[in-house]
Amino acid sequence: MTSIRHHIPEDILASYVSGSLSYAFSLIVASHISLCKDCRARLETHEAVGGGLLEATKPAPVSADLLDNVLGALDAPFEAPRTFARQGPLPGPVVEALGGKPPVWRSLGMGIGQCVLQRSKNQSVRLLSIPPGQAVPDHGHRGLELTLVLKGAFSDETGHFGVGDLEVADEHLEHTPMALEGETCICLAATDARLKFNAFVPRMLQPVLGI
Amino acid sequence: LDAVSEQTLWLMAVRDRQDRQAFVNLFDYFAPRLKGMFIKSGLSAARAEDIIQDTMLNVWRKAHLFDPHRAQATSWIYRIARNRHIDVLRRENRPLPEELKIEDQPAEDASQIVALEMETEKLRSALMRLRPEQRELVEKAYLGELSHSDIQAETGLPLGTIKSRIRLGMERLRHEMKANTAS
Ligand SMILES: [Zn+2]
Ligand SMILES: [Zn+2]
Repeated sequence: MTSIRHHIPEDILASYVSGSLSYAFSLIVASHISLCKDCRARLETHEAVGGGLLEATKPAPVSADLLDNVLGALDAPFEAPRTFARQGPLPGPVVEALGGKPPVWRSLGMGIGQCVLQRSKNQSVRLLSIPPGQAVPDHGHRGLELTLVLKGAFSDETGHFGVGDLEVADEHLEHTPMALEGETCICLAATDARLKFNAFVPRMLQPVLGI
Repeated sequence: LDAVSEQTLWLMAVRDRQDRQAFVNLFDYFAPRLKGMFIKSGLSAARAEDIIQDTMLNVWRKAHLFDPHRAQATSWIYRIARNRHIDVLRRENRPLPEELKIEDQPAEDASQIVALEMETEKLRSALMRLRPEQRELVEKAYLGELSHSDIQAETGLPLGTIKSRIRLGMERLRHEMKANTAS
């Protein structure tokens, strides 16, 4: 396992902890934590604070029958919710988002493939597969874009990103991520706004591709 | 394991022997606190009790995943309750990280468990020492009513040491996993 150098920024982790982060970004956070024991420890630290607050909360009496209801249900048969284990480079949360099935890639041209996991008006999250040495067209951002490397590596104007690394891009960054030679790069990418492509062709294709 | 909180010991008894009395102890301790917490966050008593029922059932069903080297019972139960709470509020299943699980629990390392208890205790007393308005801020952030930009900077809570404790617990788990697969 490579060592991870780019982690979840504190404000994003905190929004995840408090439940205010969108589905798309939550999927990125949960996937990074599945790969990164540092950020898992940070998450569990937040939970220790939460536990401290819970312990200090003034108790409110519960209904007399609540305990009996719970005890009565302990032995009732139940269907354990399906859990999703890692599949190759895909961490459990991504496998869950795919419903346990392998990704179906659609071509974006230039050998780049995508598999949309969720898309709505305000957010989207997708898998991208970029052939070795291939660049994603140069673009800027209208909002926040989080990219988590699952396989291979890419580099752009800001640095080098290997397996487990998370890149945070916002309005201030324009970049041309390029997959490193040697191995196909698979990323999980989430945005809360459409990207701004500088070249005409990707801009024209944008509505079709839904990026 | 003298220094270990009774809540953590109860949860270990549920995990290891499906001990019902220990489970009732956990319920008696946590259900009213969870209700207090949920009511503070604006839930009705009835909805709060629905989530408490789900939470306590999950405590019973997921007890095999509890690792006292990484969390006290209180933190672990808080996590289950909060995840359920968030899913109910958002009406969707929020993505959660993979669980770290191991087929055979490695032998307990009492010194690691006790060290984590002590760090957590320090955190608790730091929480108690906060000025009331600061603590309210922290509470609101953890109930999702406030974005918590830099609680640590504002309140000086000692999160660094407890984080390295938890990491140590995970390292240990990783080593045990290696040893298990090697044998
Ligand atoms: Zn990390
Ligand atoms: Zn970008």
